[in-house]
Amino acid sequence: MTGSIASIGMGIAVIGAAMGIGNIGAKAMEAIARQPEAVGDIRANMILMAAFIEGAALIAIILSFLVAN
Amino acid sequence: MRRYLICLIYTLAFTFGAAAQDHSGHNHDHSGHDHSHHGHDHAGHNHGSHEGHNHSTGCGAHAHEFDPGALAIHHIGDANVYSIGPLNIPLPCILYNKDLGWKVFMSSKFGIGHHGDGHYAIDGYVLDGGSVKRVQDASFPMGKVEVNGFIHGKDESGKFMSSVCYNETLYSLDAKSTADGGIFGGGITSFYDLSITKNVTAMLIVCFLLGLAFFGAAKKYRNNAGKAPSGLQNLLEVFIVFIRDEVAKPFLGHHWAKFLPFLLAIFFFIVGLNLFGQIPFLGGANATGNLAVTMVLAIFAFIVTNINGNAHYWKHLLLAEGTPSFVKPILIPVEILGLFIKPLTLMLRLFANITAGHMVIIIFVSFIFIFGQSGANPVGGYGAAIGSTLLTMFMMAIELIVAFVQAFVFTILTASYLGAATEEAH
Repeated sequence: MTGSIASIGMGIAVIGAAMGIGNIGAKAMEAIARQPEAVGDIRANMILMAAFIEGAALIAIILSFLVAN
Repeated sequence: MRRYLICLIYTLAFTFGAAAQDHSGHNHDHSGHDHSHHGHDHAGHNHGSHEGHNHSTGCGAHAHEFDPGALAIHHIGDANVYSIGPLNIPLPCILYNKDLGWKVFMSSKFGIGHHGDGHYAIDGYVLDGGSVKRVQDASFPMGKVEVNGFIHGKDESGKFMSSVCYNETLYSLDAKSTADGGIFGGGITSFYDLSITKNVTAMLIVCFLLGLAFFGAAKKYRNNAGKAPSGLQNLLEVFIVFIRDEVAKPFLGHHWAKFLPFLLAIFFFIVGLNLFGQIPFLGGANATGNLAVTMVLAIFAFIVTNINGNAHYWKHLLLAEGTPSFVKPILIPVEILGLFIKPLTLMLRLFANITAGHMVIIIFVSFIFIFGQSGANPVGGYGAAIGSTLLTMFMMAIELIVAFVQAFVFTILTASYLGAATEEAH
């Protein structure tokens, strides 16, 4: 039964990360629309920020994977 | 119009390849470790060669339910055999146990059979599903003895266990030896496996190819100085200039020239391994999806960052300069934790992204067996083959992007940590 509870934890972690990355994407699109000439800088920073959020979510996912085992 | 036609033909060819596997699979039991050729894409692999073969002799039949999870974990794992389709290329095994000492031999000595299962046990070591495992029981005979197959199941506590069948008796096996702390069934066990495994072979091949490409390009720059670049030189220049202008210069300031070689080495090594692991029908060594490999890369990033950290960086980290004194007891432990969390996330991010992509592909391919009910329902199998082929092709396209993005992310994060460590006081 621990497996199924761990997968719920995994899902909750992904919800948080999805909201965060979604926000970053939305704001980046807005920023690009306002200043199309800054697209390179905005894209690089967008990927960087998304990677930070991803890191937090991944730790949660790996932990739930370990619990599930 | 012609483009659509070509796409359609490719899809059909892929589908028939995938379906052929389903069709030929109806004769042998589908325990998780069966049909285990080591590519991440099964489409097109034909398993017709081992119909009717099964290992159960005396230790009871081991017909299990088809388990996509176990299949996926087996396929993304490392192995002591390099399997390309029906071909099993033996690799050197370097094993250490404190009682037995060092053992060095080629894995062909195990007599590699179907699914990477060895026919022989060598000094208590066996080859189960492509990876070396060790018999726990001390009464197991030393030297070369014939074994009769492997049985996989779960013990009372629900832990995944393997046993080997020898002389009508079951002997339980230690898990394979991995440095990843046992997330995928391995761990530090009674022996150390320092073999040239599939992943190590892939890394050596990629290093060789990268060396070939870069020395070739370097030679061209020397010979054609001042002239327009040509051939592979063009491709490499695009990436090098991109890393220099988008990663090194913005993050590292005037230190960029010192760290550019390190960043380039990381980028090309990761991108090379990511792409090499994605070539269909080539064994699919999942090196960047292996925690040990990404751990070493992250440790390199950690060491280079901290060796080059200046006084300002360490003061900021250990004394939390410029913050009110009541915040310091909270902030300093958090900063010190952050020091280790940074390489930890670097390690996990690359590992999880690559592994997740491969797992999704394997699960998509597994749909064929799930809907085909392991051959009992060919119509469902063929139907699922069309869908899963399209999904797999889509997923492989995504993985192609991920291969570059993750290499870029690893490089840019390393550069940003390095930049924070080498920044002068402001």
